[in-house]
Amino acid sequence: MTKRNATLVLAAAAMVTLAACHKKPVAQTPPPPPPPPPVQVEKPAISFFNAEPSSIDKGQGSSLRWSVTNATNISLDQGIGQVSPNGRRTVYPGETTTYTLTASNEGGESTTATATVTVNTPPPVEQPAPQPVQSAADMLAGQVKDIYFDYDKDDIRDDQQATLQGNATALKQIFAAHPEFMVVIEGNCDERGSAEYNLALGDRRASKAKEALVSLGVPADKMRTISYGKERPVCTDQSEECYQRNRHDHFAAAQ
Amino acid sequence: MKLLTSAILVFAAFGWLAAQQPGPPIQGVISGQGQKPAIAIPDFRASGGATAFMASFNETVRSDIENSGALTFVAKSLYPAQVPQQPSDLIGGALPPQAATQSPQGFRLADWGNAPVSANYLGIGYAAEQNNQFVLFGWFYDVSQAANLQGAQIFGKIYTGTLDENGAIQVAHQYAADILARFGVKSLIGTRVVFVSNRTGNKEIWTMNWDGTNQKQLTHFGTISAFPSVSPDGSKVAFTSWLRESPRIMIFSLVTNRELPFYNQRASMNCCLSLSPDGKHVIFSSTAAGGPAQLYIANPDGSGLRRLASSRSIDTEPKINPKTGTDIVFVSGRGGGNPQIYLMSEGGETQRLTDGTGDATNPAWSPDGTKIAFAWTRGFEPGNFNIFIMDVVTRKLQQLTNNEGRNENPTWASDGAHIVYANKRGRDSQIWTMLADGTQKKQLTRVGSNTTPVWAPAAQ
Repeated sequence: MTKRNATLVLAAAAMVTLAACHKKPVAQTPPPPPPPPPVQVEKPAISFFNAEPSSIDKGQGSSLRWSVTNATNISLDQGIGQVSPNGRRTVYPGETTTYTLTASNEGGESTTATATVTVNTPPPVEQPAPQPVQSAADMLAGQVKDIYFDYDKDDIRDDQQATLQGNATALKQIFAAHPEFMVVIEGNCDERGSAEYNLALGDRRASKAKEALVSLGVPADKMRTISYGKERPVCTDQSEECYQRNRHDHFAAAQ
Repeated sequence: MKLLTSAILVFAAFGWLAAQQPGPPIQGVISGQGQKPAIAIPDFRASGGATAFMASFNETVRSDIENSGALTFVAKSLYPAQVPQQPSDLIGGALPPQAATQSPQGFRLADWGNAPVSANYLGIGYAAEQNNQFVLFGWFYDVSQAANLQGAQIFGKIYTGTLDENGAIQVAHQYAADILARFGVKSLIGTRVVFVSNRTGNKEIWTMNWDGTNQKQLTHFGTISAFPSVSPDGSKVAFTSWLRESPRIMIFSLVTNRELPFYNQRASMNCCLSLSPDGKHVIFSSTAAGGPAQLYIANPDGSGLRRLASSRSIDTEPKINPKTGTDIVFVSGRGGGNPQIYLMSEGGETQRLTDGTGDATNPAWSPDGTKIAFAWTRGFEPGNFNIFIMDVVTRKLQQLTNNEGRNENPTWASDGAHIVYANKRGRDSQIWTMLADGTQKKQLTRVGSNTTPVWAPAAQ
């Protein structure tokens, strides 16, 4: 019933009531007006909700787009909050994330939709197995061994070849890991020959070892030679064992 | 009164001595004992402050005479009881035919020519303290001329020195040198020995007088310094030092004790420099060519380098002949790997001097350029070196030491009669001198380990 009609009805009812005031007629309560007919409200609908592109690399962004009808309250999760019915939003998820769009009306009806942004992470960098940090000098002392010679001789003996090979391998590793490092090869003699001749012989022993190592691939410019002749013995007993210990090349860090 | 008398005597003696002419060298000596002239010199006495030093004086005179190799010193136990001290004490003339016990035993000059003394020459004298100096009055007589005292005196001189032990020793050296000069023996006074000592904890270059006194440190590098050699005129010493990393040659003046310029080739080893007698070039051993050490000749400052020889072995220890300046001896491992001694003559031809056995090293020329002394293990195990002398022309060999420790680095004194060398018994090495016949061995050093001695002539 329209408002006008209702007013007319009330006015008519009032006139009747007034007309009847002369006599005390029995009032008759008019029936309550009929309840208003229910408003026809439509359910919320999400026309679309997607992420473009749906797959990104970490650090890139993706555009969320949606269109919603019949909703009074539209919101996105993931901390975004309320949004307008038709919108787009760029997101930068750090990892694969599913976004949920919720649309609801006054009647409390709601509907949701989801869109997933997949984040591609590069394969993790292979960490080498943790090793104790070793200085070049420590590596030298631990892995590069003295080479021994026969009396009055400077050639590398057969029984020293294994040491030579091992030294070559170790030196190549040391120089690769420590590019500024340099080594000095010190040639020595036992005490029996003359000091003057031994000075030259120690020099030969150091040079021969260097040549052999270079031929095994050790960089020549990383090694230099010096002779101490018989001036720096490691022992002084007059025994064959001590003489052999003194007829040697020693590998030291260059200063 | 006594002082006045002494003073008068001194002045009188001085006046008398001043009138004496130095005698000519003695020709045609009469040999008493063996083949060498026999000298008798009784202990000189002294007065005043000089007395304390007479033991050193007398021992030095005796030692120098004995050590010379030219004379025999008659043992003092054979001397007569009475000892003349000055010319006025002496009696001339032959022994009277009466019993010998009646004549003064010792004051008659002829007594010294008879048994048991049997001397050919007599030295007498005394010392005194005067003007805070050590003063010596010394005379020398030819016993065979005893009949005529005046003609028997060869010389009489006054010597002065500082009034201390060193002064007395130096005066003794001078008196003995004057005696030896009469027999053509060159004096060693003023000569020095350059050597290496580790007594400071590091091997440094040292010098000392030829008799072992006045040992002084020349270098103070705190590293290894070794292998000295001396120029023939005694003015320079060259040696090898690790001061600037690799072993390099350095040259010092023995006059100023300061470093002289020498340019080292870029090489892992530069060593063993020998200086020519004319001072115009040097020869040394170097690895400048990259292979084994080789011999090079250069200007005295190291410029103008030229390779002297090419071998595929170690060539080292070159020594230029100090007389000719042209031929050199050196050590090489060519042929067998064991070091031997080679001679390279002026034309460049090279011949081996030693026979190929053992290790032969440390050659050193005699001052007259005819012989070399060297160290060799011939006949012994490696390391057991002895001193040998070889006449370079005849190749005749003489062995001077025999298995008394390790004997190396012999060099000659300027008198051509003495050799200084290093002897090692046990842990330390010491410097010794001896005559070139292997006799009269005397130890000069005792502190630390001392090696590679070089006898330097008196600076001119």
